[in-house]
Amino acid sequence: MRPFLSIRNLSVALKNGGLILRNVSLDVAVGKVHGLVGESGAGKSMIGKSVLGTLPRALQITGGEIWLDGVDLLSIPPAQRRKRIGATAALIPQDPLTALNPTRRIGPQITRRLVDILGWTKADAQARALELLEEVQIADPARVMRNYPHELSGGMRQRILIASAFAAKPKLIIADEPTTALDVTVQKQILRLIADMQARHGSALLFVTHDLGVVSKVCDALSVLYAGKVVEDAQMRRFFCRPVHPYSRALLAATPTYTNPTGSLMPVPQSVIDAVEREVVQHDRRWRA
Amino acid sequence: MMYRIENLHLSLPDMTRKPLLGAAPRIEILKSLTFDVPKGAVLGIVGGSGSGKSTLGRVMLRLLEPTAGSIVFDGTDITHTDEVQLRPMRRRFQMIFQDPMSSLNPRRRVDGIIGGPLRLHGLDGLRSRVDEALDMVGLPRGFAHRYPHELSGGQRQRVGIARAIALRPDFILADEIVSGLDVSSQAQVLNLLEDLVRELGLTLAFISHDLSVIRRLCSRIIVLHQGLIVEDAETAELFTSPKAAYTRELLQAIPLPDPDQPWD
Repeated sequence: MRPFLSIRNLSVALKNGGLILRNVSLDVAVGKVHGLVGESGAGKSMIGKSVLGTLPRALQITGGEIWLDGVDLLSIPPAQRRKRIGATAALIPQDPLTALNPTRRIGPQITRRLVDILGWTKADAQARALELLEEVQIADPARVMRNYPHELSGGMRQRILIASAFAAKPKLIIADEPTTALDVTVQKQILRLIADMQARHGSALLFVTHDLGVVSKVCDALSVLYAGKVVEDAQMRRFFCRPVHPYSRALLAATPTYTNPTGSLMPVPQSVIDAVEREVVQHDRRWRA
Repeated sequence: MMYRIENLHLSLPDMTRKPLLGAAPRIEILKSLTFDVPKGAVLGIVGGSGSGKSTLGRVMLRLLEPTAGSIVFDGTDITHTDEVQLRPMRRRFQMIFQDPMSSLNPRRRVDGIIGGPLRLHGLDGLRSRVDEALDMVGLPRGFAHRYPHELSGGQRQRVGIARAIALRPDFILADEIVSGLDVSSQAQVLNLLEDLVRELGLTLAFISHDLSVIRRLCSRIIVLHQGLIVEDAETAELFTSPKAAYTRELLQAIPLPDPDQPWD
């Protein structure tokens, strides 16, 4: 089946020339979850931002293609691009407290997009919002619609962002570290909720995380990034049974697991970092030539 | 015994529900906690968000004053000791913070950051003490002239550790010190802490919401839930046969990097 989101050789650079993404390619099919894994600064969030057109001003896309539902977003005029992205994609952000406006009630924050951008009537949007809050298992949705963000717990706020991401029935969801700010028991509920919602709506999901444990629970496939370069691209099960790239293996070994009786932790060895750095340098040399 | 904590209570005024006139209602944060920290032990304090684990840490360091109960630090009762009397003792119990970016002054260089508390306690030979602390945490001495923004996350956390150990304390409280770090630097910082505890004979309390990072480090673990100790056990025992239902729930919620882990 044709992938719903297909990124081909995407390169992103700082305006002064420093490379942030190096020839990234990946595909996400409808109904599938693709994980983006890497340490901080690897550029995993920048892939999502490139797709949504929300890259920071200092960055620009210097090459490649982003195919969303059969259209190359980078080859159409910006106004059309924004319209397409708005109608087909949505983001579940990391920090629910900064993503919600503290001065407005929850209700309007969910319905505004439907009314202002998609032209729904207020009543329709209101009904849809209530339905969504129920879908994300919020008790007493009518009351929560009138609450302000600070009156709700972190888990509740994340549920609201999930509801609002699914509001316009997007075909592509980008989740950027959606559970990093939550503690483990709440994280489990939220991960299950995202997986349920994704399955029910049949959307394609791009899941950005630094946690390999989380990947093994929600993803079908994953890309491991280092310095903006995909070092390994794999089906989930294959990755955890037989990781190929030495950096992937080191990352797996460095992930703490409570089931390990000695509990010892292996930092990523300097030799592995040097080797992968060399790969990046080689890539840049080839790319510039 | 480094710490003997008995029947510790803490309640704080709930300002969100304060009436216009009159006192705010108090909420109980810690409800009757009793435990000991033997000398040389590494105690893990685990719990979900809002369980009171950080508050407990702050009470142990007397950044907060308990409402009831007693805290005995190395034979001295410090439950209600006033700040002036407490100050000379503060050198003996230090803290490492969660977020090194907000706990290191961005306008000071590393030597100023590590030297600050040394100067405050009137110690001499600052230069050599700072160098020694940098050596112990495995940072090059040249880093003394850098600013925090010139360091990586793991290096910043090492500076936080260096600042705490430079005073040669008996006890260190580490509050979620690796939760903001990547797995590779997490492992380095934890291994470093383990070495330091052994070399310096430190007593350590390690607060974390993540049980998987503390198995190696801690000899004993207490699990907090809604301000109560729900389990207090030897580390191996806690992992192999957790007694409290909440501990089991916490353990089962940890996503292991293993696709075959049961997850429902």
